[in-house]
Amino acid sequence: MKEVKIKTRDLTLFYGAKMALNSISLDIPEKEVTAFIGPSGCGKSTFLRTLNRMNDLIPNVRITGEVLVDSLNIYDKQIDVVNLRKKVGMVFQKSNPFAKSIFENVAYGPRINGINHKARLEEIVESSLKKAFIWEEVKDRLQDSAMGLSGGQQQRMCIARTLAVEPEIILMDEPASALDPISTAKIEELIFELKKNYTIVIVTHNMQQAARVSDHTAFFYIGELVEFGKTKKIFTTPDKKHTEEYITGRFG
Amino acid sequence: MSRRNSITGGFFIGLTAFSAFLIIAAIIILLTVIIIGGKGTFSWEFLTTFPYDGMMKGGIFPAIYGTALLVLIMSVAAVPFGTITAIYLTEYAHEKSKLAQTIRFAVRTLATVPSIIFGLFGLGFFIKFVGGGMDTVFFGGQLKWAQPNILWASLTMALLTLPVVIVSVEEAIRTVPRELREASLALGATKWETIRRIVIPGSRSGIMTGTILAVSRGAGEVAPILFTGAAYYLATLPTSLSDQFMNLGYHIYIMATQSSNVDQTLPIQFATTMVLLLLTFTLNLTAVIIRARLRRKVK
Repeated sequence: MKEVKIKTRDLTLFYGAKMALNSISLDIPEKEVTAFIGPSGCGKSTFLRTLNRMNDLIPNVRITGEVLVDSLNIYDKQIDVVNLRKKVGMVFQKSNPFAKSIFENVAYGPRINGINHKARLEEIVESSLKKAFIWEEVKDRLQDSAMGLSGGQQQRMCIARTLAVEPEIILMDEPASALDPISTAKIEELIFELKKNYTIVIVTHNMQQAARVSDHTAFFYIGELVEFGKTKKIFTTPDKKHTEEYITGRFG
Repeated sequence: MSRRNSITGGFFIGLTAFSAFLIIAAIIILLTVIIIGGKGTFSWEFLTTFPYDGMMKGGIFPAIYGTALLVLIMSVAAVPFGTITAIYLTEYAHEKSKLAQTIRFAVRTLATVPSIIFGLFGLGFFIKFVGGGMDTVFFGGQLKWAQPNILWASLTMALLTLPVVIVSVEEAIRTVPRELREASLALGATKWETIRRIVIPGSRSGIMTGTILAVSRGAGEVAPILFTGAAYYLATLPTSLSDQFMNLGYHIYIMATQSSNVDQTLPIQFATTMVLLLLTFTLNLTAVIIRARLRRKVK
């Protein structure tokens, strides 16, 4: 196994009085794809959002335990959440382009980081769009509104927008669940390409997708981490009966 | 359906239709009377010249100018202040915090205060207290700011229209989807950067609607400026914030009650009313159109 990039220890999360995550301890390896699977409401998206502190935005959330990114506890008081999110990027379930041009969408992150030099921005936008496999489709209409792109293109542009900030980790929350099969295939291909340089954590409802794209799989059930291991093993010879039942479609 | 049911049903359909008809009839009669009474006097010249002969003749240019200046200064005060308040309420304040609830209560209360009370408040607070204080401190007690002028009238009007701005902007801010805020934050933007780059641009049409509604309200109200700055007649246009001004609504009021010959000025009253109605109607229509487009965008 490669270096551990993210390590959680006894991570427990409450929404008000309701426990949504129960003492999750998990090691996510660097530059590989880790998939979170499990039925709706099992806590996999909630867990993903603890990794870049997106849950901070929700009132009444209480978190205990540790999340270590590169051995630093991100819930430590000294941690600057803004810097954390630059390092840990996120792609959402529903593509969420800003009502701006394609160029300005991708340039949003760099601009926030104080890059205003035009040539430098153009360079970043081009390389980010290329990395997200969408450059050829949009290079002649960078100034057009991003709202005019198809759903699949929007999602790849959102990935490019995340890449423009140069994160080390990319969290993906069911990135292809709203897309058609062809767009989904493109996203999966892209994930395969991206793992050379980035640590990827993906939440998915789609079992085949998890099997295709990931190196490691974690199975969640009602806020608990049931099983975590190599994807091949989880999908062929899982240790837990529960995991097997879910994977073979006997419940879920 | 039984016979009895169909009779009561028919009765209520008739009653509702009649009520609706009454409203339409009222508007038609109102407009017809005003247009018939005013159309002989309404002209380009009427809009662009000063009144003369004890205001028995001539146009209403200073009243139009004064009204425009009033709503302009009012907007400069009310729109930024209202927008900032709305941002605080929607983005920063906790929904259930005491402070936010107090502000909301204050905004609602402000919206229901009769406009004449604003006029009295403006007189007491802006003219006597603020103006009087300024005169004592900066002008050695000489009378300069402790009297009615366009600044105090505009600020009084701004207080009156503040709730309109706050409510419109709040509504617009709430239509900015959570997904966009999250996208921005996930890219490493701070909360303030997200508000400045995503939330405010996304609320532009709401800020616009609020401004227009406030302007239209401010252009039509007379009571708040009665004691705070409106003048009966001025031979010159206001050139400083400490000048008084003429105003369309106030002009109608004085023409109808204070003129030496009310019957003779009747056509001027009608024509001025036409101008005022046209102005507020156009403003409201624009606001409705922008708001409708905003709502469509949300769906």
